[in-house]
Amino acid sequence: MRLRPPDASGPDALRRGLIGLPLAVAVPAAMAQFRVEISGVGATQVPIAIARFREEDKAPQPVGAIIRADLERSGLFRNLDTAGVALDEGSRPGMSDWRGRGVDALVAGSVARLADGRHDVRYRLWDVVKGSDLGGQGYAVPAADLRLAAHQIADAVYEKLTGEKGVFSTRIAYVTKAAGRHTLWVTDADGENGQTALASPEPIISPAWSPDGRELAYVSFESRKAVVYVQDVGSGRRRTVASFRGSNSAPAWSPDGRQLALTLSRDGGSQLYLMNRSGEDVRRLTNSGGAIDTEAAWSPDGKQIYFVSDRGGSPQVYRMPAAGGSPERVTFNGSYNISPALSPDGRSMAFITRDGGAFRLQVMDLASGTVRSVSDTKDDESPSFAPNSRLIIYATRDGGRDVLMTTTLDGRIKARLVSTQADVREPVWGPYGR
Amino acid sequence: MKTKINRSTPALALLAALVLAACSSPVKLDEPAVESRTATPVGGAGAGGASSGTSQSQVASVDLSKDATAGLAKVVYFDFDSYVVKDEYRPIIDGYSKALGADRKKRVVIEGHTDERGGREYNLALGQKRAEAVARSLTLLGVQDGQVESVSYGKERPAATGSDEAAWAKNRRAELRDR
Repeated sequence: MRLRPPDASGPDALRRGLIGLPLAVAVPAAMAQFRVEISGVGATQVPIAIARFREEDKAPQPVGAIIRADLERSGLFRNLDTAGVALDEGSRPGMSDWRGRGVDALVAGSVARLADGRHDVRYRLWDVVKGSDLGGQGYAVPAADLRLAAHQIADAVYEKLTGEKGVFSTRIAYVTKAAGRHTLWVTDADGENGQTALASPEPIISPAWSPDGRELAYVSFESRKAVVYVQDVGSGRRRTVASFRGSNSAPAWSPDGRQLALTLSRDGGSQLYLMNRSGEDVRRLTNSGGAIDTEAAWSPDGKQIYFVSDRGGSPQVYRMPAAGGSPERVTFNGSYNISPALSPDGRSMAFITRDGGAFRLQVMDLASGTVRSVSDTKDDESPSFAPNSRLIIYATRDGGRDVLMTTTLDGRIKARLVSTQADVREPVWGPYGR
Repeated sequence: MKTKINRSTPALALLAALVLAACSSPVKLDEPAVESRTATPVGGAGAGGASSGTSQSQVASVDLSKDATAGLAKVVYFDFDSYVVKDEYRPIIDGYSKALGADRKKRVVIEGHTDERGGREYNLALGQKRAEAVARSLTLLGVQDGQVESVSYGKERPAATGSDEAAWAKNRRAELRDR
């Protein structure tokens, strides 16, 4: 791990303090479906300078700005001003100059148009503290993949400086509702490059990425009841996996992608069942009489299923062995805890708690059971972890609209992906490797 | 898996129309045929009940007044956090049980709904409980299980917008629809 706490004293700290104010990154409105607004100050952030990529103004995408926003949103980096700096991947920047500016890491690069119409994107990363060149890479891509190339550079910088995998090249899915139309979207993790997976006059809820990122399960009301479909993201081919009597909902993929846990009312009430990914071999998992069991969520090792049950009188999170057995209760604070999401590293569970009339995102450390509130909004829903377990995406309400937010697990750095058109809800973070 | 992403010219309005070369076409579902939410005459013996061997001038008569559920309200409302079918809705239950008892081929779907407060999936399950409570009231009066399907919309299809008790009360409901 490569993080260094910022210097807490002296003129450098003052300069950093000024520059560390909330940074609004505006992507040109014509291209932006979302505006990304980032707020908060993290405990330990690497001060990084990302110089404008040579000729990036001529490219269809603002490569440097995309990288800057990605790193800022991660909560582990703070972008320092590089106005007027002219560098590229072939430069030999003066390390002591940059140290003097309070910079720990420096990125520079270029975007060049190739004769065949593609773009050649190159970067280099310097460890300013050690004064060493950490190397770089070039990507020759069509214009349509320029944003992806920028995200891959952000991932590489993030990994080289933190030792962890970045999530900037991943995708998210979510649902919008506007004027009676419901749309299931797939976008980059920064909310850009939106593509419609499903458009419907009836509601769509509970999207769930398959572990390999190729399919989305979801609930659609197109036949006037809740039915679970699985759709191949690349081809759009759909198949029905659960259309039993009554309602079929809350699909959750096992980590090996072979099974789905879901909620069925075919035998009365709402209970948990397992099935294989084609919808066959249905087995009942819970049997809680008149209670509601729903919102299954698998532990990353595939051995436990967390779920919501009101068998104790009000909805709480429980966990039981995926192979069957007695559930044990997991949440104990308050009278209403729902929507569990497990971090891929197995250490944390995000969920929603009702506190008075407010619905708030909380994170539980599973080893100790301690719970921390990570948002100060009142209508949080639908948390989902990034594949590196470092960020949570969730939906909430702000100014009368539904919005999507990402937050670090300590709640300090939040980014708002603002929809300018529709109410957005039900975000789910896709896996590595799109 | 690297996907090719084609972008139309930048314009918010075109985003919904993005079509990807070599990749998915968005799946677009047709608007449903306009449905009347008022009672549709399922009809007693009238519709299509022409007997064989009759003249070509035979006109089958459809008598709307015979439809037992035509005049009935179709909505049962619930108190907060409750799925108890209150006494004031007895007439609806009784009316439906008579109609369903008289015609064993007649079927009904009961759609349960909640107000907007709370999680989507939990509310889907609460709506399901409301629908099933109404269904139970019917089967207790002799309606056959196969004539009734209980489904839920949870909070996805509010009848009234607004975040006050007046709107919430209108959304906590079960709707009965003829199939």
